[in-house]
Amino acid sequence: MKRGWFLPIVATLGFGFLYAPIVSLIVFSFNESRLVTVWGGFSTRWYGELLNDGQMLAAAWISLKVATIAATLATVIGTLAAFVLTRFGKFRGKLLMTGMITAPLVMPEVITGLSLLLLFVSMEMLLGWPAGRGLTTVVIAHATFCAAYVAVIAQSRLRDMDESLEEAARDLGAGPVRVFFDITLPVITPALISGWLLAFTLSLDDLVVASFVSGPGASTLPMVIFSKVRLGVSPDVNALATIIIVIVAVAVTIAGVLLMRQSKTAR
Amino acid sequence: MSALDAPPQASLLRPVLMGLAGLVAVALIGWLALPANIAVLLTSLVAVALACLAFTRFMGWSDRWMVIAIPLVWFVTFFLVPFFVLGRISLSEVAIAIPPYTSLWERAPDGTLEIIASFDNYLFLLSDSLYVSAYLSSIKIAAISTVLALLLGYPIAYYIARSPEPRRSILLLMVILPFWTSFLLRVYAWIGFLRRDGVINNILSWLGVIDEPLVMMQTDFAVYIGIVYTYLPFMILPLYATLVKLDDALLEAASDLGATPTVTFLTVTLPLSLPGIIAGSMLVFIPAIGEYVIPTLLGGPDTLMIGRVLWDEFFSSRDWPVASAVAIVMLILVVVPIMWLQAVQNRQEKNA
Amino acid sequence: MTSNPAIAANTRPWTNPAAKPFISIQNITKRFGDFTAVNDVSLDIYQGELFCLLGGSGCGKSTLLRMLAGFETPTAGKILIDGQDMARVPADKRPTNMMFQSYALFPHMSVEKNVAYGLLREGKSKAEAYARVAEMLKLVKLEAFGRRKPHQLSGGQRQRVALARALIKQPKLLLLDEPLGALDKKLREETQFELINIQETLGVTFIVVTHDQDEAMTLATRIGVMSEGIITQIGEPRDIYETPKSRFVADFIGSVNLFEGKVGPAAPDFMRVETEDLGPLNVLPVPGLTQGQTVWLAIRPERAWLTRTRPPEAINSVPGVVRDMGYVGHMSSYVVRLANGRLVRVTQANEGRRENPISWDEQVTVSFEPADIRVLTE
Repeated sequence: MKRGWFLPIVATLGFGFLYAPIVSLIVFSFNESRLVTVWGGFSTRWYGELLNDGQMLAAAWISLKVATIAATLATVIGTLAAFVLTRFGKFRGKLLMTGMITAPLVMPEVITGLSLLLLFVSMEMLLGWPAGRGLTTVVIAHATFCAAYVAVIAQSRLRDMDESLEEAARDLGAGPVRVFFDITLPVITPALISGWLLAFTLSLDDLVVASFVSGPGASTLPMVIFSKVRLGVSPDVNALATIIIVIVAVAVTIAGVLLMRQSKTAR
Repeated sequence: MSALDAPPQASLLRPVLMGLAGLVAVALIGWLALPANIAVLLTSLVAVALACLAFTRFMGWSDRWMVIAIPLVWFVTFFLVPFFVLGRISLSEVAIAIPPYTSLWERAPDGTLEIIASFDNYLFLLSDSLYVSAYLSSIKIAAISTVLALLLGYPIAYYIARSPEPRRSILLLMVILPFWTSFLLRVYAWIGFLRRDGVINNILSWLGVIDEPLVMMQTDFAVYIGIVYTYLPFMILPLYATLVKLDDALLEAASDLGATPTVTFLTVTLPLSLPGIIAGSMLVFIPAIGEYVIPTLLGGPDTLMIGRVLWDEFFSSRDWPVASAVAIVMLILVVVPIMWLQAVQNRQEKNA
Repeated sequence: MTSNPAIAANTRPWTNPAAKPFISIQNITKRFGDFTAVNDVSLDIYQGELFCLLGGSGCGKSTLLRMLAGFETPTAGKILIDGQDMARVPADKRPTNMMFQSYALFPHMSVEKNVAYGLLREGKSKAEAYARVAEMLKLVKLEAFGRRKPHQLSGGQRQRVALARALIKQPKLLLLDEPLGALDKKLREETQFELINIQETLGVTFIVVTHDQDEAMTLATRIGVMSEGIITQIGEPRDIYETPKSRFVADFIGSVNLFEGKVGPAAPDFMRVETEDLGPLNVLPVPGLTQGQTVWLAIRPERAWLTRTRPPEAINSVPGVVRDMGYVGHMSSYVVRLANGRLVRVTQANEGRRENPISWDEQVTVSFEPADIRVLTE
């Protein structure tokens, strides 16, 4: 294809499409007027209101806790799954495992949510655990689908990694466990960090699965936002969105720069 | 060589001690910092793993299976088994009880087990035109959105793949960036854009293009926009991954052999990027079928999507068995595209 | 043969049937699914040897090396190192070390840490390990680079770090997978001799896998030529070049002209071979051939001899026309077309400046000494 006008124009439109709504979110978070789309002058009053919204703050705190634990759990499980799939050759159940880390990525959330809820209910009837639904069930649900994402990221890094690094360590007298902690883990750490961050964001972002498996007293932030947004636009949600976007943009930029530097130096 | 001669206990003792220390650490951190139920969960997970490890060591089995077992058991328990539970409950009847469905077996008076399972829920789905048209409309909306995402995503992916570094990395980061911010809030942002008094109508009437505000919210159009917007990165990334591997020399060779840019695109670029097209399309199409949030926030009351039907069936009607049957049928619908996606990805792995 | 047979036998233990092999590979086979990578290979290697496994890609040479290191388990057969059966010994417990083709330097560790890694796994104290590291880095002339990370080194430096790391545990056997493959031509030639020096200094047995025949010829005490999972010939570099056993080896090592023929009637000094391309040729008698048997004659291009007129002393000569010539400096290479259209490659050393060199389209005679014609039966 010739380097013409078509591609840059479509790309510009595409990026505009991606960013225009986000920019407008930010702009209108500083709007004095309650009418979100009519400019009424600059103000930070919605940020103040947000800080006094106890329900919102409580939900944010719950979401942060859930996301931290679920992301950590997901990273451990996902890394193990990826390691097993890339380094253990053939074993019984490999195809099943491959399927189980691909399917959650595309599985419609309503199915995941409903089926997990029914599992928890049945388990409670059979085993008495988990007693009721709340933080624990949300963590398990999030850890499961986030582990699939971590596994995909870790898998591609493990596949890129020169396997003779691990063989060299074996050759120099390190046992398999030692090799994993001395060589494999340090080499894939950047990928695991981005995997953890992705899992953290996905957990923080999830509405549908959490709505199914959560219980009383464990409303996550998206659940609270959703109930607000359903009733119409509200400027304090804009303020919240702005805060989230700024945090994410800064974090992703730093991570991106670090990753780029890393990939330049080490292969 | 010394490790070979050492007594076998040595290889057992150290990991067990380290494991116990880890267990104590997890338990301590857990009790101090985390909610109690989560601490119980984590501590018992570590304890179970340790017990299994000690057992395999004791039996003299290879640790290999232990390592395989951890992720395998987790995914089987929390991903695979739920589908069987789903299937089981879809065969029962709704009841006013906790949980609100009948048991699948009952003790008959003579003491034998009687299995009660019926396909009534599935027959009900077939007989009520609401469900059939919801499935069809979901597929239609997902398909149209996928095509739109492909038409928009392909040129962007191509543009990024052909850009020189470091612009390429920056553009790629810019595609991924929105994906990291809240999905819910990004959909919410479109409400402000598409409303009657929203940004688009304001701009258009200010430019004098329209007299009457366009009705965009609560239409299928808004749902398409929402889906394309949300899933665009999922389309662009696999496309980019295949396009960036495309050797420039192939395009030069084609044009050297007399192909016009259009012909080159159709005969070289497009076929070679087919795996990316399939993967990207599946990554958009499959989750879009079950989408709940987008049709609820942007669509109108007559935007029929199966995810919404399931949600209402579950939360409003509290009919868990019918909701399960709806989910099972949806699962059957998405299994074929999922397998296709898997096949494409396996093939790419082999080529890599 | 040297004048003193006792010393010769000492440095060439494979010529002594009583010598005990250090590494004994016995009927090793490795299959991957339906594909047989290594097929029933047996091989003895002696203490202090520098043995080269030479072959094209996919011939099984790397698989054989990886079985010695313990990264692949043989489907059948046995490997003994210093008398010890390696079957149940995992890679980390073997008395071997390996230098990888990609060098496999740990990217997150400094050069020092890379080199010390093996000693630390042995349980050596840090002080002892790093003292040895300093010695080792001196041996490979990298004293100043201990604190650098691998990506801050040049290709040649990385290669030497990899060598130091593999040698620091003083393995009984060092396995080298294409050790010079990633270096450019000039550096490769320098490093070849450095490698030989280090091997002689430390007295470690080396097994080198390579696809480069020049490298194998320069480095090796003996070469094993591999093809399709089997070793087709084992011998010293000179033997392999001068007396190849088969058409494959003759063609693989250096370049060669091959002519098919049938053994003719016995003659007093020479044996006659009737060839279609060159007519009857006189070669040195080979015992065990019957009249009428099909054989192949292998003639190295530099052993053929090109003149404008037929030299009177020539025993075998054929007329031809120069089709092509190339001047390579120290020699010129010719392609001569015979009367029946068959092409023969001939190289002539350029000693002194010749006034009137043979050139395109000239009528020439190609002559062969009987001693330079190798008769092959397979």
